[in-house]
Amino acid sequence: MSSAPRLRILVAKPGLDGHDRGAKIIARALRDAGIEVIYTGLHQTPEMIAEAAIQEDVDAIGLSILSGAHNTLFPAIMRLMREKGGDDIAIFGGGIIPEEDIASLKQAGVREIFTPGATTDQIVEWVRANVQPRT
Amino acid sequence: MSAQPKLAPTPSEAPRRFSTISDMEIKECYTADDVAGRDSAAEIGRPGEFPYTRGVYPTMHRGRPWTMRQFAGFGTPQDTNERFKFLLARGQTGLSTAFDMPTLMGYDADHERSLGEVGREGTAVSTIEDMEALFDGIALDEVTTSMTVNCSASIILAMYFAIAERRGIPMNALGGTIQNDMLKEFIAQKEWISPPVPSVRVIVDMIEFCTQHAPRFHPVSISGYHIREAGSTAVQEVAFTLADGLGYVDEAIKRGMHVDDFAPRLSFFFNLHNDFLEEIAKLRAARRLWAKLMRDRFDAKNPRSMMLRTHAQTAGCSLTAQQPVNNVVRVAIQALAGVLGGVQSLHTNSMDETLALPSENAAMVALRTQQIIAEESGVTNTVDPLGGSWAIEALTDRIEAEARDYIERIDRMGGIVRAIELGFPQKEIAEAAYRFQQQLDRKEKVMVGVNRYQVDEKPTIDILRIHHEVEDTQVGRVKAFKAKRDQPKATARLADVRAACKTGRNLMPLLIDAVKDGVTLGEVCDVYRDEFGVYRDPAWL
Repeated sequence: MSSAPRLRILVAKPGLDGHDRGAKIIARALRDAGIEVIYTGLHQTPEMIAEAAIQEDVDAIGLSILSGAHNTLFPAIMRLMREKGGDDIAIFGGGIIPEEDIASLKQAGVREIFTPGATTDQIVEWVRANVQPRT
Repeated sequence: MSAQPKLAPTPSEAPRRFSTISDMEIKECYTADDVAGRDSAAEIGRPGEFPYTRGVYPTMHRGRPWTMRQFAGFGTPQDTNERFKFLLARGQTGLSTAFDMPTLMGYDADHERSLGEVGREGTAVSTIEDMEALFDGIALDEVTTSMTVNCSASIILAMYFAIAERRGIPMNALGGTIQNDMLKEFIAQKEWISPPVPSVRVIVDMIEFCTQHAPRFHPVSISGYHIREAGSTAVQEVAFTLADGLGYVDEAIKRGMHVDDFAPRLSFFFNLHNDFLEEIAKLRAARRLWAKLMRDRFDAKNPRSMMLRTHAQTAGCSLTAQQPVNNVVRVAIQALAGVLGGVQSLHTNSMDETLALPSENAAMVALRTQQIIAEESGVTNTVDPLGGSWAIEALTDRIEAEARDYIERIDRMGGIVRAIELGFPQKEIAEAAYRFQQQLDRKEKVMVGVNRYQVDEKPTIDILRIHHEVEDTQVGRVKAFKAKRDQPKATARLADVRAACKTGRNLMPLLIDAVKDGVTLGEVCDVYRDEFGVYRDPAWL
């Protein structure tokens, strides 16, 4: 193995819903691909997620949202990351997110959104190609 | 056709492994040898007789069709009330209510944690006024109502009883079901307030109260649906669901109740996934195993205590955002498995559910699917038509045996509450979900339109969008409600609820009085958070 630092990713589950099947599968697939994964657990507020990302010094945050609240939660987390000086931490996500919302979220700076049917390999490859260690 | 059609990919040369969607290996052909060596008369029997393998009633759907109960809820209570009336007008025979995430997690619409989630995944109910609006113009003594709510179920049920009382309908005339199954929340659906032990205490309060005062109401619907949606196998779905059921029976008996007084009102809720034969066998196995467990472990004497009566819903997780009209076909196959498996009540999913909440058109096609099975297909003309099929009986035996093994492992851990604290069912399910995802990624399992037969497509169906004004409206309603109530009275009622949390007195009568005097759902749940503590996700991977 090279001495390049391992990627560190925060897999986060904002909102009140309990749909963690996807988040757990992604977390495990990233970990099996040699990436360091911190999983927040369920029912996190944007503040808790932003705080964890800074504390854990991660390279990216992957948000899993299946509650329909993506247009509230993504912007809230991005605003907090800017305030905390973590705007170089890539934010990506996945869940039940309609096509037209994906466009506006990407315009707002979300790097990628995966929807049902994406394979774990596609997500791992995207992370490897698009997330760099920050230090 | 002018263009040469592309040939389908050729299967690999390796010997194919045939397995169910749960990864249970299936033989090429089943024969009498596969069901030899056991007492067929005792294990299969007749419909309506112990162990109910063939169904809980002698005439099943000939005597009484299943209840067509479409789960609905979105936006304001008024929005959902309109959808209820739309469905009833089209021949639906029971109601089923979906609440939004804040309601399900015990927050009022005006709480900061509710921001962005009000009315999105269900309807918003914070106050008795919301409950009145939800059931406005609906005869509560004529239609049975199911309410899918768990950690805040005690308050929702109190509101339902309170609005019935205001309309002059006695509690003992109310029929319906409240999901109220917290053990499966910790295992799978994961909406909770307090840890397992106090959560179960509140459930037993509700079982006790309904047994005494609302004998037609099912105070708990022991649910495998969410366990399966979280990624379990069919065997795990049966095992963990029945283990949860045993947990409630144990606790109610410890409270001093007699098994035959409350067990007849326990009801179940199973998933209907794609694997047709496995699902039929699963329902038959679950009925047989429950009957035996109730007889052998609790000495139940009333046959109704041993009958597993169940609602079922087609599998949301089986539906695809790709080529969504294909979902109509999936739902039809799943619903047919449910009917052949002998369910008492059924929800068929709408084709658009991977994209958003059901539109009116999609909800109607889903209901029509049930009506076509019931009235055109002919499968209801005879009871358990697949009974005696070697394949079905062999699968039934196997699912029963493997589920029993799981239940015995859970017994050795000290019961289901302890197993949940150890994360046992949660980890087993996560493992199965990961295994299935890998099989999909390797194309060993097929999802049509997702990992095979994909096409480039543009969204083709209209979806229901919940606008942000819903949230503003609801927040305004809750604030206005709180401003106009008799505050000292509400404060006193809430103090009574708090006292009962401490003393162990049955909460239900106090909750009914509290909601009548304007105490909100979020306020009671804050008391639960204070008195019973807050459960945090152990975040096992």
